[in-house]
Amino acid sequence: MIQFDAVHKRFPNGTTAVHDLSLEMPEGGVTVLVGSSGCGKTTTLRMINRMVEPTSGTIRVGGKDVTRQDAAELRRSIGYVIQQAGLFPHRTVLDNIATVPLLLGWSRRKARARAAELLETVGLAADAGKRYPHQLSGGQQQRVGVARALAADPPVLLMDEPFGAVDPVVRTQLQDELLRLQKELSKTIVFVTHDIDEAVRLGDQIAVFRTGGHLVQCASPAELLARPADDFVADFLGAERGLKLLSLRTLADVPQGPAPESGDWSLVLDAANKPLHWAAKATKDTKGAELPVRPLKDTDSLLAALNESIASPTGLIARVDAEGALTGVSSRDDIHEHAGQAHTEARVAA
Amino acid sequence: MYELFSNLGAWLVSGEQWSGPDGIGHRLAEHLQYSLVATLIAAAIGLPLGLLIGHTGKGAFLAINLASFGRALPTVGLVVLVFLAGGLSMLPVYVALVALAVPAIVTNTYAGMTAVDPDVKDAARGQGMRGHQVLFQVELPLALPLIMTGLRLALIQVVATATIAAYVSFGGLGRYVFDGLAQRDLVQVLGGAVLVAVVAVALDLALSGLQRILFRHRTA
Repeated sequence: MIQFDAVHKRFPNGTTAVHDLSLEMPEGGVTVLVGSSGCGKTTTLRMINRMVEPTSGTIRVGGKDVTRQDAAELRRSIGYVIQQAGLFPHRTVLDNIATVPLLLGWSRRKARARAAELLETVGLAADAGKRYPHQLSGGQQQRVGVARALAADPPVLLMDEPFGAVDPVVRTQLQDELLRLQKELSKTIVFVTHDIDEAVRLGDQIAVFRTGGHLVQCASPAELLARPADDFVADFLGAERGLKLLSLRTLADVPQGPAPESGDWSLVLDAANKPLHWAAKATKDTKGAELPVRPLKDTDSLLAALNESIASPTGLIARVDAEGALTGVSSRDDIHEHAGQAHTEARVAA
Repeated sequence: MYELFSNLGAWLVSGEQWSGPDGIGHRLAEHLQYSLVATLIAAAIGLPLGLLIGHTGKGAFLAINLASFGRALPTVGLVVLVFLAGGLSMLPVYVALVALAVPAIVTNTYAGMTAVDPDVKDAARGQGMRGHQVLFQVELPLALPLIMTGLRLALIQVVATATIAAYVSFGGLGRYVFDGLAQRDLVQVLGGAVLVAVVAVALDLALSGLQRILFRHRTA
């Protein structure tokens, strides 16, 4: 666990970067620090591994005051990932990953073996190890950055806008990978971003900062979206925060019924009962037509369901089991009603 | 004019000109020895200075202005000055050559250090490297191409200027230039000058080739 207790940071030029911050970042959870630039989120992160020294207050990692530890040793015990990866351009990927183990005095052979193992963990091919960072794509470099941070298996991982410089498709992939890794590793992660969608996707808890280094609200994504503390947070979450909340809810509780037998459009299934497409019969005025169907599982979000119900010609979504076989359909009204209930519940819940 | 060049050609290739204590082989060895010793001394002074200024960021003013100071320094004047103060020895020659070489080494080393991506230095510190580890494991290797350029420039300048050793009665290829001038032997003067130029260019090519091989996997 990481604890901030009345932490204040004023830079020599007089600007206050962090104002009287008290915050707990729970063990094994992802805490995301969000806010516009200059709000103190990066400074907050960098005080944890003493890349920035607090002006007053205490920061404890695992119960120990960070300022009472040797800065270099402290940093070796905390994983650190930065934007643009910050890889060493003169070292191979494998040697980049082996940095901290080598600093800790491991033998070169053992450090390299560990690095090779991590290549696989972060989803890189083994032959990437012999390459130099500039020979990799931005997304691959970022994976190496994560592998380097994990090399000595630190309990805490600090990530400073790690996916800020890659394109949206790669960013989503990297976020998925991080969630998958976190399921296996259960690190205490502190993640800085200015992207609220990224925060909602990754965070167990989100801390929203305002210019001047003030923490405005710290809550779970669902609570933050349902009950923003003030207009600043509400504005920051954006006009679609109702929809974002739906991205956190699954389809599991929405009732489903049998697929309709009659009507203009019918759902065409294959031999294994998997939905293929929507089909309209030809009449004397219209030609027959087909529209694609995107079947949804119980684990898909309400947002995806709402989206599909709008795209569907019948307002119905096709529900399938893990194997992809049809279990039933849900209507636009069912989804809408359920979404509304979920909202109300979230907003009145204590 | 044609006669002058054919005489020069004959002078350069004649066997007797290449052997003996006054031969080109011996003078060339002397010249290279002066140049290498002076450059090594200059490197021993300039490298730590440039690395220190680059690593700490303190004294950048010195590193930047040393370059123009070096260009403005009258080398022959310095030789005469140290010669008058300290008497006849190789010391004035070395002082002048080292003074010539140090600025190029310091400014290039400093430039190489400042060209290292701040994000990379930050990451190095953030992984838990101590100051000296950041310097020797990250900054120095990354600055090395520019540092080597500085050493190469310094060596070339020193080779071209080491003729002044002969001015205070020592050897080297400058011998031919100064003796030729004294004896009004234009062929000898030209021969010495051509040799110095060839050595300088050859060293430059060899060292830049070496740099290209050493840093072939680097791109910015």
